[in-house]
Amino acid sequence: MSSQIDRAGIKLGMWLFLYSEIILFGGLFVLYAAYFHRYPEFFAEGGRELNRVMGAVNTIVLLLSSFTVAASITAIQRKAKKQAVGFLIFSIFCGVTFLVIKYFEWGAKIHHDIYPNSETLVSGEPGLNIFFGLYYVITGLHGLHVIIGMILLTISLVYVLNGKVNSSRFSMLDNSGLYWHLVDLIWIFVFPLFYLVL
Amino acid sequence: MTATQSFYHTSAPPGLTGIKSWLLTHDHKRLGIMYLGAVFFWFVLAMFLGLMLRTELMTQGRTIMDAETYNAMFTLHGVIMIFLFVIPAIPAIFGNFFLPIQLGTDDVFFPRLNLFSWYLFMIGGLFAIISLFVGDGFPDTGWTFYVPFSVQDSKNVGLTVTAAFILGMSSMLTGLNFVTTFHRMRDKSMGYMQIPLFTWSLYATAWVQILATPVISITFVLIILERLFSIGLFDPDKGGDPLLYQHLFWMYSHPAVYVMIIPGMGVVSEIIPIFSRKSIFGYKAIVWSSMAIAVAGSLVWAHHMFTSGMSDVSVFVFSLLTYLVAIPTAVKVFSWISTMYKGSIEMTPPLLLALIFIFLFSIGGLTGLVLGAVGPDIHVHDTQFVVAHFHFVMFGGTGFAFFAALHFWWPKMFGIMYRFKPAYIGASLTGIGFMFHYIPMFILGMQGMPRRYYDYLPQYETGNFLAGFGGYLLVVGMVIMFVNLLMSFKQQVLAQADPWGGTTLEWKVPSPPPVHNFIKKPQIDGFPYDFTKVTEPSQKRAK
Repeated sequence: MSSQIDRAGIKLGMWLFLYSEIILFGGLFVLYAAYFHRYPEFFAEGGRELNRVMGAVNTIVLLLSSFTVAASITAIQRKAKKQAVGFLIFSIFCGVTFLVIKYFEWGAKIHHDIYPNSETLVSGEPGLNIFFGLYYVITGLHGLHVIIGMILLTISLVYVLNGKVNSSRFSMLDNSGLYWHLVDLIWIFVFPLFYLVL
Repeated sequence: MTATQSFYHTSAPPGLTGIKSWLLTHDHKRLGIMYLGAVFFWFVLAMFLGLMLRTELMTQGRTIMDAETYNAMFTLHGVIMIFLFVIPAIPAIFGNFFLPIQLGTDDVFFPRLNLFSWYLFMIGGLFAIISLFVGDGFPDTGWTFYVPFSVQDSKNVGLTVTAAFILGMSSMLTGLNFVTTFHRMRDKSMGYMQIPLFTWSLYATAWVQILATPVISITFVLIILERLFSIGLFDPDKGGDPLLYQHLFWMYSHPAVYVMIIPGMGVVSEIIPIFSRKSIFGYKAIVWSSMAIAVAGSLVWAHHMFTSGMSDVSVFVFSLLTYLVAIPTAVKVFSWISTMYKGSIEMTPPLLLALIFIFLFSIGGLTGLVLGAVGPDIHVHDTQFVVAHFHFVMFGGTGFAFFAALHFWWPKMFGIMYRFKPAYIGASLTGIGFMFHYIPMFILGMQGMPRRYYDYLPQYETGNFLAGFGGYLLVVGMVIMFVNLLMSFKQQVLAQADPWGGTTLEWKVPSPPPVHNFIKKPQIDGFPYDFTKVTEPSQKRAK
């Protein structure tokens, strides 16, 4: 049995998994592309109804958290445990912020009777119904990934605190970080597709 | 037997005993055996369902069940056979057992993930069983879950789709594990062109699993969301397009066809050279054709939708791409035949089954071209012709490759040998029954009998009766085959490490292998199919 940890192998497996996650969202982006082709003007109209400021703030929050996750990995490699813990807590806090903002966004839309199968959408233009249908499905699934990412980061945080993740064994933190970057990356595509369509 | 203990007597991780040593095992060989048990259960169940379906069709009108039961039953038959038998059969059982050994290593890269995949497989199967008994019963949508019916259907579509989602996850994680193992665990001295062909085929399959499975996952998620929230993404009333569902569905489900067949081709590529005592013809061509099928096969999904209302341009493009897949497939068939040419052929049950595979699979492949061409496809689309075609490929192909693999690796997995004569009888009867069963369906389809219909016009009765008769012959053949294999546990005729004269690494370790597979560091040959050492003794005797 090989006793050495093959960090490159663990990372390869993680990359393959992330790849499958991208394909998962890829299926939804295919739907987006097909429907955008069919209803370009309604997608633009729907996009104007979304709150761009909140979307932009969320983008910044996620980008910032991606940076701090990366910083925490570097910190643990340099044996700066306290720094790593601080960066991780900040990243998880960013995740919470993202979800809170998302909650207010969704809440406002639902308040205006815009949600799947709502009266306004069903009796309104089909193009708008599809736009908001995709909006809820894609941002909902993305939100679920944010939650999973936060759980992974929290587990990593616990491991850092009890020393299971340290400067010589940090694959758990490394992979959670990769997952968090994926969540960020997907948002980078979701944001312009919904908030910035013209 | 050797002094080393087999993996049946040593648990991994160490210290586990009894049932725990199985349920918590990290050992890829034990997991392979556990998959074998589960898959075998599902296969027998779905085989019985299939037989009931064809019995129902043997006479016009009601024979043994009503139309609703019939609809649920063909859905169940399809779901089980696809998700619980054909997709996992060869990769999960034989792949798990032999991929690490053929690569000269002691386990897969992520052993715990491997165990997790097995549990996902079992949970998926459990969900399928639960959906039979709760609520309004099993869906009657067919295994394709086409919208709008799957969204409106009052039966347990949600639960069944969840089961398929979980099974897809299990299959994808197995693929991920195999790709990582292939790259990181391979013996340092084994170059790419020294890897056995079965492992190469699993590698190609694993990529398709990783590439395509997430698409079906998201499609199933969308069905569930549509059922819960009526978003309307596939509902024309709300601006959606049902055709997009079909695209998403086949984007996975056509590549999945290659997940089913490529490992079977890998099995045959192992069996043919061994029993021809001759190096495989065109090793590199077979490797590249596996990868080519994996790539080209991912681009042909819409040939299931020629009559669904696509543009003529897409129909033309997808038809052309479909024909391209035939090229690497034919490369393999010709390579197998050329391997046997001027070989020193030794007939054994695995070889017989592999030969039946080549024969049936060729028919399946060629009738696939009939369906891939737009003109004839419009005529036979959704008829019994299609049913016969994909059973020739899935059952005549993958099914027989599975039987061949079972007979080929049985002595290695269990360390015992079965009797040959009943195996020959069983295999031949299965082959003959198979022809009797499916060839009438080709004719019925050409005559215009649709698939998935409960009842039919009087002119189709002879064909359906003959097919049902063939079905019973087929099942009798398989029962003989399985009983013969199971009897070997009673007879306990011990098998040697290398009963067939094989050259790949799994034949150089004891049968059954010890827990870490290799007692000493394996010696990697320059070429995995070099039979000079195997044929040397008999050539000396001849002199």
